[in-house]
Parts: sequence; C-alpha cells; structure tokens
Amino acid sequence: MNTLVLSCALVAAGLYGVLTRRDLVAVLASIEVMLGGASLLLVAYAAPGVATAAAGQGYALLVLAVGAAEAAVGIALLVSLIRRGRTRSEDITEVRG
Amino acid sequence: MSVLHEMPYLAVLVPLALAVVLAAGVRFWGNAAAWIALLGPLTGLAVGIASIGGGTAGTFTWIRVGQTVLRLGYDANALTVVMLLVVGVVASCVMVFSIGYMHGEKGYVRYYALLSLFTAAMAALVLAADLVSLFVGWELVGACSFLLIGFWYAKPSAAEAARKAFMVTRIGDAAMLLGMAVLWNATGTLELSAVLGKAATLAPGVATAAAICVLLGAVGKSAQFPLHIWLPDAMEGPTPVSALIHAATMVAAGVFLIARVWPLFEVAPAARGLALTLGTITALGAATVALAQRDIKKVLAWSTISQLGFMFAALGVGAWPVAIFHLVTHAAFKALLFLSAGSVIHGSGTQDLAEMGGLAKKMPLTAACWIAGVVSLAGIPPAAGFFSKDEVVASVLHAAPWAGVALFAASALTAAYAARATRLAFFGEPRGAKPAHESPWTMIAPLALLAVGALGLGFAGAPLAALLGHEAEPLSVPIAATAVSLALVGAFLGWRSARPEASADPRFAALTRAAYSGWGVDAFADRFVVRPATALARMADAMGDRLAIDGLAEGVATMASRVGGLLAEIQSGDGQWYAALMATGVVVLAAAAVWLVR
Repeated sequence: MNTLVLSCALVAAGLYGVLTRRDLVAVLASIEVMLGGASLLLVAYAAPGVATAAAGQGYALLVLAVGAAEAAVGIALLVSLIRRGRTRSEDITEVRG
Repeated sequence: MSVLHEMPYLAVLVPLALAVVLAAGVRFWGNAAAWIALLGPLTGLAVGIASIGGGTAGTFTWIRVGQTVLRLGYDANALTVVMLLVVGVVASCVMVFSIGYMHGEKGYVRYYALLSLFTAAMAALVLAADLVSLFVGWELVGACSFLLIGFWYAKPSAAEAARKAFMVTRIGDAAMLLGMAVLWNATGTLELSAVLGKAATLAPGVATAAAICVLLGAVGKSAQFPLHIWLPDAMEGPTPVSALIHAATMVAAGVFLIARVWPLFEVAPAARGLALTLGTITALGAATVALAQRDIKKVLAWSTISQLGFMFAALGVGAWPVAIFHLVTHAAFKALLFLSAGSVIHGSGTQDLAEMGGLAKKMPLTAACWIAGVVSLAGIPPAAGFFSKDEVVASVLHAAPWAGVALFAASALTAAYAARATRLAFFGEPRGAKPAHESPWTMIAPLALLAVGALGLGFAGAPLAALLGHEAEPLSVPIAATAVSLALVGAFLGWRSARPEASADPRFAALTRAAYSGWGVDAFADRFVVRPATALARMADAMGDRLAIDGLAEGVATMASRVGGLLAEIQSGDGQWYAALMATGVVVLAAAAVWLVR
C-alpha cells in the first residue's frame, strides 16, 4: 500500500514538473521521475510472495532501458539546442530537420 | 381516328415546332426565318378552311389522378374556326409585313420565333375544348406579348412597358383562374361542353361569381377600363406586333372567351350588366383620349381600347354574334391601320404626328390603305366597320338606351380622331425632318389584302351570323342614318380642329392635357395601387426577409464563427499546454472508467 502511494506521488510530482517547468533540462528530469514512479510500482507488485510471476520485474528492466535510450536522445537534442542558446520550452515552436 | 380528325392539332403543333426550330438556330436562319415562320399561320389557315363545313372535336387523357381525369382537346366549331381564320390571316399578313419592317434588325430570328410561338399559343387558346388548355394558351399569349413588347429590351421604357403589361393582365388572369376553380368546384369538370351544358343548373350565386371572374380575366386581356392602362404603353413594341397582338388577336381574346362561354353569361345577368357598363365607359372614354394623342400608335392603341369597349357593350346586352362580327371587321381594319402606321413610321422615321404631314404624296399606296382602314373604323358605308358597328349600336340601343346613346357619341368621336390623325399624317405641309419614301412591296401587299377585308367584310355579316347559328340583325335605317351623320359630323370637326402643335386648341389646353394623360387613370392606379403595393413589398422585405430570414441565417453564421474562435484558443502551439490537456483527458477517462466499472 505504501509503495502504491509512493509511486503515485512520484508520477504526480513528475507530471507537475513536466507541465510547469520551462527549463527543458528540468522537464527531462521530471520525465525520469515519472518513469521511476511507474517502475517502482511494477517492481513492488512483482516482488516474491506478492505475485507468482515475475513478469513485472522484466517490464521494469525494459522501462529502465527505454528510459536510458530516451534520456540519451533527449540530452543529445538538448545539447544541440544549448549550443544554439535555446533551452526553454517556449523557444521550441517548430521542429525542422 | 382518321388523319383529318387529328388535323386541328397541327394548327398548334406546327407553329410551336417552328418556334423551337427558329429559336434553336438564332444565328443560323438569317433572312429565311420569315418564310419558315410563315408556315405556322398558313397551317392554321388551312386547318380553319378545312374545318369550316363540319365541326370536329377530339380529346385525349392528359392526367389521371384517382377518380379525377383531366382531358385536353380541341373543338373546331363555328366560333373557334372563325377566330382561327382571323388569327391565321392577320398573323400571315404581319409576318410578311415584318420582312420589310424588321429588315436588318438585331434579333430578327428571335422576333420570328416569338411570332411563331404566339401563333401556336393563340391557336391553342382558340381551339381549346377545355378551360385548362384554353388557360395555357391564354397565359402563353400573355408571355409572348410580354416578350414582344420588350423586344427592344435594352430600351428602359420598353422593358418597363413589358413589365407593366404583364403585371396588369396578371390581375385579370388571377381572377380567371379563380373562376375556373369555382366552375370545377360546382361541376367537377373543366371540359367546356360539359361545363356549359351544366351552366343552366348552377346556383345563381355560383354562376354569377364564375361569370364575373371570367369577365375580369377578359377585361384584363382585352384592356377594358380599369385594366386598360397597359395597352397604350404596349406600343413600345415593334409596330407589326402591335397590329397582331395588341389590335387584332390577343386583345380580342377576351371578347372571344366570353362568347365561347356564353351559356354561363346567359344565367348571370349581373356579369352581363358589368360587361355593358365597363364596355360603354371604355368605348366613350378611350375615344376621347385618342382625340388628344400625338403619337400615331397611341391614337390607334386608344382606338383599339375603345373598339373593344364596343364589343364588350354588345356582349353585355347578349348580342355575342354581333360582338364577334365586330371583332372580325375590327381585326381587319385595325391590323390594316397598325400596319399602315408601321409603313408610315418606316418611311418617315417618326411616330409623332406633329413631325409628319403631307405623306400622301410621298407614300400614296400606304395613304390609300390607311384611308381604307380609317373609313372602316369611322363606320362610313359601305366599309366593313359601318355594318358591324351599326349592329353593335343597334343591339345596345335596343336593350339599354343610355349605353346606346353613349356609343353614338363614341362613334362620332371615333370618326373625329380618325379624321384628325389622317389629316395630320398624310395631308397639309410636310413637317418631317427627313424625306419620306414609300415602303417595299412586302409591306404593301399585306396592306392591300387587309384593305380588301376592311372594306369588304361588311357583307360577310349575314353568312357569319348564319355560321354562328343566329339571325343577322336587319339593318335599321334610322339608326344607321343617325350613326353615319354623326360620324360625318365628327369627322368634319376632327378634320377642322386638327393642328400639328402640341395642344389642339389653346382654349381647351387643360382639357386636352387631361385627355392626353388618359383622364388620370394611370396616375390614380399609381397612387392607390402601385405605391401601396410597393410599400407593402418593402415592408415584407424589411420585416420578413431581412429581419427574420437574413437574421436567422446570419445569426447561425455568427454563432459558428464565435464558437470557432473559442475553440481556436486551445490550439496555442505550446507543447506543455497540449500535454496538460492530454493529462487531464487521461485523468477524466480513468475516472470515468473507474466510476463505470465500480
């Protein structure tokens, strides 16, 4: 029960950050917080003695991998933007190759 | 069904087909149009001549709705054949005359297409065996009249005159439709033979209502007081059109219609009285107006109104064969006069009597034909007009002395305005700006033919009456002598008082002005009918159209645009705003799912 509350709190806090922060680095970090919250729930409910199958732990690992990939791409984009001197969300009005 | 039996349909179908053919090749036919169109009235003439002996009739089922069957057909009886012959002769003459008159005119083929359509419509009206096809012909001749008055449609006065003619006759047409509804309601059929067979059994009120409605239709078409105001304006059309439509055939259709449904008027004395009153007022009033006109065509237009008044008066006293006799002679001499006027206008280049004068020397043939027409119009023996007008006056005097006296006065005035117009146009010193010339033979030949009719048709009175199944009125010597001496006095005074200046006589300037304007009937109608109707229409436009309908339509449009504006605010282009909306959506959907699954 406690883990459920904690994970919900983490997702909510991450969402709040995504929606309110104007700094793209902070937005990216907030997304990581949301992913952490979701992963925590998967792990908690797949713990031995709680569930018979361990699929949830596998999913958690998958989420970590996707998160790492997302962070890598995101940070690469951010670095590129920072080089152009634009790091705030309202700076991005169009995406063109 | 023999071929001969079906033949009368050709009188309608041939000119109709020719009109379509001509209209289809407006740029193609050129000068051949006249000769193509001429086949139409010639077919009508052939049918008329072939049908003189024995009357034929035929019908076919047009519409069948449940128990109700609507049959259309033709009825070639004595009356309709006489009328068909009149239409055929006059239409042929007018078409030949127009070759010269309309030569080189823009819209030459269109002109002949319309004349053909008119011939078809008139034949349909005349031959109709039922009120439905009669009404179709009736409306079609009205439409052709509209299109031909407005033939020079780029001229504002012609377009205006065409509209006026259409609107004013519409009043009568509406009444006639109402009369047809009354008859349908009372008898359950619109076939003329059936309706007229049942006329004697109709309730007096019903018969009177139906007869008055039909009479109003005839009053509109035949330009009788107070619906006469369209005919003088209709002179904006080409002169041969005035001869055909607005003198000889279409305007006489009202007289024909009443004669055609005579059994109905037999049982409706009130309608007969109304016809007598309106006819007498028109005959006398229009004759005084004709005396003051300056335009040669306007003189003839008012003269036509006046002569139609004579016919209505004859109808009013029950002498319908006499009215038809006068219709026939009038068709001859008035068509002759109009075509002569057309020849004069063609030769001298003006319609204004003040700018003519002395044309008898330059245009001797035209002048001779005009004088033949005038003699007939004025009722000088032995011309045709003398016989028919004498019969009209005699029968009216017999039944209603007051009206007879009025018609005597109208006869004298007729001779006066005829003499005045003749002197102004053909005698005295030439006043025209350019030299006049005689017209080509295509214009003179129809005049000569009509002149023979105008002078000689008077002797057709007895055979015509016999054909219509009536005794010819014997010539009453005292009445004839009175009429002729009145006509001679009138002609003398008209000749004496003819002056080319604007006003006939300075002493009567105000009177002349009043007569010139048609005694103010037009102004009265404008003040009390046209303007209130226009105001009503404006109000309906403002209240109904602009406020209610436009308001509704524009309100819907404004609402859609406002809602769109509100929704457009959401599309801000801010990624975080979209994310927030998406998150809200997810929460709402999740909550809904939880609440539903509960």
